[in-house]
Amino acid sequence: MPTKIEKDSVTGEMTTGHEWDGLKELNRPLPKWWIYILYATMAWAVVWCVLYPSVPGLTGYYHGTLGYSQRTTVDRDVAAVAKQRGTYMARIKTLPFADIRKDPQLLAVAETAGRITFANNCQPCHGAGGGGNPGYPALAAGNWIWGGKLEDIQQTLIYGIRSGLDNARQSQMPRFGADAMLKPAEIEQIADYVMVLYGKSNGDAAAGKKLFAENCVACHGANGEGIREVGGPRLASKAHLLGDDRATVIAQINNPRMGVMPNWNTRLDEATIKSVTLYVHALGGGE
Amino acid sequence: MSDVVYRKPVQYNDAVVKKFVIATMFWGVVAFLVGVVIASQLAWPSLNLGLSFTNFGRLRPVHTSGAIFAFGGSALFGTSFYIVQRTCRARLFGGEAMANFIFWGYQFFIVMAALSYVMGYSQGQEYAEPEWHLDLWLTVVWVCYGIVFIGTVMMREEPHIYVANWFFMAFILTIAVLHLGNNLAMPVSLFTAKSYNVASGVQNAMIQWWYGHNAVGFFLTAGFLGMMYYFIPKASGRPVYSYRISIVHFWSLVFMYIWAGPHHLHWTALPDWTQTLGMAFSIMLWMPSWGGMINGIMTLSGAWDKLRTDPGLRFSVTAVGFYGMATFEGPVMSIRDVNALSHYTDWGIGHVHSGALGWVAFITFGALYYLIPVLWKREGLYSTKLASWHFWIATLGIVFYITSMWVAGIMQGLMWRAYDAFGFLQYSFSESVNAVHPYYVIRMLGGVLFLSGMLIMVYNMIMTVRSPSTARRAAVPADIAMAGV
Repeated sequence: MPTKIEKDSVTGEMTTGHEWDGLKELNRPLPKWWIYILYATMAWAVVWCVLYPSVPGLTGYYHGTLGYSQRTTVDRDVAAVAKQRGTYMARIKTLPFADIRKDPQLLAVAETAGRITFANNCQPCHGAGGGGNPGYPALAAGNWIWGGKLEDIQQTLIYGIRSGLDNARQSQMPRFGADAMLKPAEIEQIADYVMVLYGKSNGDAAAGKKLFAENCVACHGANGEGIREVGGPRLASKAHLLGDDRATVIAQINNPRMGVMPNWNTRLDEATIKSVTLYVHALGGGE
Repeated sequence: MSDVVYRKPVQYNDAVVKKFVIATMFWGVVAFLVGVVIASQLAWPSLNLGLSFTNFGRLRPVHTSGAIFAFGGSALFGTSFYIVQRTCRARLFGGEAMANFIFWGYQFFIVMAALSYVMGYSQGQEYAEPEWHLDLWLTVVWVCYGIVFIGTVMMREEPHIYVANWFFMAFILTIAVLHLGNNLAMPVSLFTAKSYNVASGVQNAMIQWWYGHNAVGFFLTAGFLGMMYYFIPKASGRPVYSYRISIVHFWSLVFMYIWAGPHHLHWTALPDWTQTLGMAFSIMLWMPSWGGMINGIMTLSGAWDKLRTDPGLRFSVTAVGFYGMATFEGPVMSIRDVNALSHYTDWGIGHVHSGALGWVAFITFGALYYLIPVLWKREGLYSTKLASWHFWIATLGIVFYITSMWVAGIMQGLMWRAYDAFGFLQYSFSESVNAVHPYYVIRMLGGVLFLSGMLIMVYNMIMTVRSPSTARRAAVPADIAMAGV
């Protein structure tokens, strides 16, 4: 199609004279506002690149006239928050629990810090408000495996459970079924007795009771009340670590599941751990 | 045409275009449906069903690849083949077999990619999840696409290359470069579908977002601008608003987009200088992007009344409006301090969908409403009323989607950075998850609306092709029929 420049009757603009499948183009100049804003953004980009780190070199980069660095920005923000927390947290760190609890304002700060730290770090396993999840103990129920005094909770938080640290809480349930220490029928009898302890069965389960006395009481206590010194969970209760059905109990005796709680001393500072301790203690199960 | 010059009619290859049009509609339904499923999973996690292959993590790439590459890709192949033939007055280069190979080869890639996702294969590069063997296959298909498209341009009868074809060529070439760059990986062995990218750490992240952002810039923007530059002037019967804008915005867009990727990595291990450059180029992209919007919307001057009668054109023009909105929001979000609020929040998801639903899908719908009666030689659409229903339902769906994600995203950003009087975080992460639940439900409803609109269109299109009411009334001279008027 030969070039044929025409005047567009609607706008009065000239076309470029090209045509493709009936499509034409107007040879309209660039809108002024459009090109000026384009130039303005370019100017802004140049100014920004002068002010801020922008151009790489062979051994480093141009740092900008403002001396901006993302790292120092973060350090400054973190320092500001640390300063804001500082006065209270320093006292929480040094004072014994009893003194913190006597000071209402200090206790309020500790429980605020404890709440948010718990919600972001502990809640995924222990549930909102310490309600617990299968395999992860309820903290509000008072059904402590390792003790519910402030010092006990603090100890557990610092070193964790089976975390690999020397001071960690350690306990191990034998694999009664998998290691053939008990016969399947015996395990079922024990489970029947545990159902009695759970309050889910009224039978006497005498055979199971006898086997329980021979195999389980060293850790779980003569009446299934649990022994905290060795971390043997309480069985005579309505709250259960893994579940209260017979199949779960049998599976546990056969080949026990044993959870791990991380040691938090490498992640949280001392004052924060004490704050979490106070918060957890106040959830409803503290002793 | 005023000047009567006899021109020999060209027999265009429309068979492959028809195939791609059908594929576009099919994949649109699939992609939107999976989108609704995963949006529901986010609102109600139990819908993950506890099965590995119905898990959000595996279905999400099915949705993104389905929307971008299956729906959007099929639309781009189909419309680019339609447009390049007509604006060059040349039959598709490479013959029937090559065109059909591109169609079936690409569909094969899509199906294999989706299957590999649900089976748990992914190389972990966003929007480039397929493993190395599928990447190689796509490379073959893509090279054929390039040969056919550029070959057709080279065989053209027209003296000049129409602006739509500039954009399509930029899209084809750049996607090829991006695909090769981002997928450089070493397979574990020849017989395993597992590979490791040659780059690791922040270099890998930078290459990934150089790819990811330019998948947006060249696949979802340049390609669809090519579509816009044909169908809006065609449907409105008006000349393109400004040839000079076309030139300046084309070159500035393709030059600046390629550098903007680092804005996806603000406040990460990416060096400060790289972030600054990414931000600077993103800000400069504002006007080049808006050049396309001006040319799209202002081309209607003198034909605004057609918006009332042509629902397809209404889709195209609304698409350009959403394009303008998203390309303003993008530079704003690329500013490091805005990004400190918006990054990792649902604001980003809302932003992407104002582009994906508002721009990409709407411009495609506009093209399909134009193309289907033309390709199947029908008098017109089966029902413009249904098309209007599609338009309003889909628009309402987009409004639900993006407004709910704005609210959710800004709320998340504010909750995550809120400190109490003692200097402790005010909210935990899980509280922010609870807080956005109602907005996730609204977003899901927006998706349901958008999907419903799509289903209405599919019905309307099937009836357009099949119903006796749309049959051509009189014989049309052969050369005009072939030109597709």
